[in-house]
Amino acid sequence: MSDTTHEYAYLDNGDGTQVLPEVLEAMLPYFTESYGNPASLHQLGLAAEEALDEARESLATSLGCAASELVFTSSATESNNLALAGLRAVNPDKKHLIISPIEHSSVRNLAKHWAKKGFLELTELEVDDEGRVNPESLKQALRPDTLAVSIIHGNNEIGTIQDIETLGAICREAEVPLHIDAAQTLGKIPLNLHELPVDLASFNAHKLHGPKGVGALYIRKRVKIRRQFEGGPQEGNVRPGTENVPAIVGFAKAAEIAVRDMDKVTAHVNDLTQKLADGLMAIPHVRLNGPAINSSERLPGNLNLTFKYIEGEAILMSLNYQGVYVSSGSACSSRALTPSHVLTSIGLLHEEAHGSIRFTLSRLNTEADVTKAIEVTKAAVERLRAMTAFIPEEHSERESEHATTFYKKKND
Amino acid sequence: MAIKYSQKVIEEFTNPENVGEIEGADAVATEGSPACGDMITYNMIIDPETHIINDVKFRSYGCASNIATASVATKIAKGRTIEEIKKLTPKAVTEELDGLPAVKIHCSVLAINGLKAAIREWEKKQGLRKDGDDAEALDKETILRELRNVIHPETGISIVKMNMVRTIEVDDGKIFVELLMGETDEMFYENIEEETREHLEGLPGAFDATIKLNDKPITKGL
Repeated sequence: MSDTTHEYAYLDNGDGTQVLPEVLEAMLPYFTESYGNPASLHQLGLAAEEALDEARESLATSLGCAASELVFTSSATESNNLALAGLRAVNPDKKHLIISPIEHSSVRNLAKHWAKKGFLELTELEVDDEGRVNPESLKQALRPDTLAVSIIHGNNEIGTIQDIETLGAICREAEVPLHIDAAQTLGKIPLNLHELPVDLASFNAHKLHGPKGVGALYIRKRVKIRRQFEGGPQEGNVRPGTENVPAIVGFAKAAEIAVRDMDKVTAHVNDLTQKLADGLMAIPHVRLNGPAINSSERLPGNLNLTFKYIEGEAILMSLNYQGVYVSSGSACSSRALTPSHVLTSIGLLHEEAHGSIRFTLSRLNTEADVTKAIEVTKAAVERLRAMTAFIPEEHSERESEHATTFYKKKND
Repeated sequence: MAIKYSQKVIEEFTNPENVGEIEGADAVATEGSPACGDMITYNMIIDPETHIINDVKFRSYGCASNIATASVATKIAKGRTIEEIKKLTPKAVTEELDGLPAVKIHCSVLAINGLKAAIREWEKKQGLRKDGDDAEALDKETILRELRNVIHPETGISIVKMNMVRTIEVDDGKIFVELLMGETDEMFYENIEEETREHLEGLPGAFDATIKLNDKPITKGL
């Protein structure tokens, strides 16, 4: 398989992306030439430390913050955990946490675990049927003993972008720190941390054509958190352990490119997403999950659809064996066999969540990918519907007249 | 988590046999539900003299392994007697498919139980089984037998075999079951509770199930 043409269409960029050649090139010297430990006192250590400083400066520029406010971690998951656990460690008297119901598992599972163990009380905010957090519910939820509010900036499943200005202003007024999980927004929409009412923000590299295994946490000046494991004095004493220098260099490079090319890439990705949506939504009984595509309220390149009356893992596998790679919010495609909490939180019935497929596009996708995806998905949906045991009138709590027409059609 | 299916599962999923329904079927039964994300409907033709299943077809709402297991189950059932099928365990299906990932073992349970449900339907129609037969039998033994169909998603083993079922009480159609979660990670609680409820409330004569997930550390002497 050559580098430029492949037989598959990769439409799962919300999970991970291909590393750009320019990024890989920037990383390579730090494996083989300047391979020293940035903590070492000699020349090779210095070279690595300088690379680290440069990368931090560069990422700070991309994010609109100071380099001293950035800590490198292994992932956005680690950043999310560090932000919340780090706050909790210095505020033991704060016994209340607020999250949205559509958080990534790294925030959700931590919060649920704490609540279950009785460490603190948990409030989940209200979201509307497209995933927007209701600011009123935030106002009502805030308490004097609220540790923090944690909200996912751009939702990884349905692409909803939150109004952080409004939500952050409410937190500021109550003097409660706001943490955002911005793993999906960096490089996709303009970000200027110093202009946002945000105290902590989590990022990673592998959603924006950087390497896996590296993330960052923005900690606004004067916000105090405590490290979650012990070791050396790296990363301002907040995150011990030798820094992953090549990955950090790659991260900064990937962010720089993403910010540099944002307008061009967004136009390209929006165009492809529109074509993909037009093609797929021409299939009968398809529902769009999340805000309108190509709107300022949705991540560019995110398309989440429910193909009614069939199950997502079967669609995903059909596409997989035809070389179209996507993801699904169905129970059967999750390790814990539960449907996506994001989809059920915005009001989908379980059987609607089970039929969901997420397509996430990137700068590297082409018209050919979209054409292939439409063709393969249409055929898969048709095949699975032809054999489905799901009879809308009998099995769905929410059925309208078009369901009846579907069943008639099936029996024709 | 990526799912790695055997070549046989992929083949059965891609080209399943015996799909559809049978005009004038002797028995029709549906196992599972759309809310759970897997459901199979079987149609059967059974010879009343020989008890041989002359024809069987399925419809599936479910994942790739749901379709593959149903396809294989119909192939196994065709030409066999209902007595033979009643003795089958889900293993018959998984062996035919060169195994299933642990998280998908429950599909083989559904595929085999669906066949058995269709056979029960037929027996009722033939007067070989009365409606009341099942209701009377809602006792601890029946419940324990049913719980063998609840598969732990992490291990692919039944919760009974994993020694998780600690208390069973039944009173006038109301069931109480206590499960000892032991080493089970919290992420699996929701599925195990829902699966247990689905199976118990589906039992003839049962109308309510209370499930307690006990996650206290394991102590001896229970």
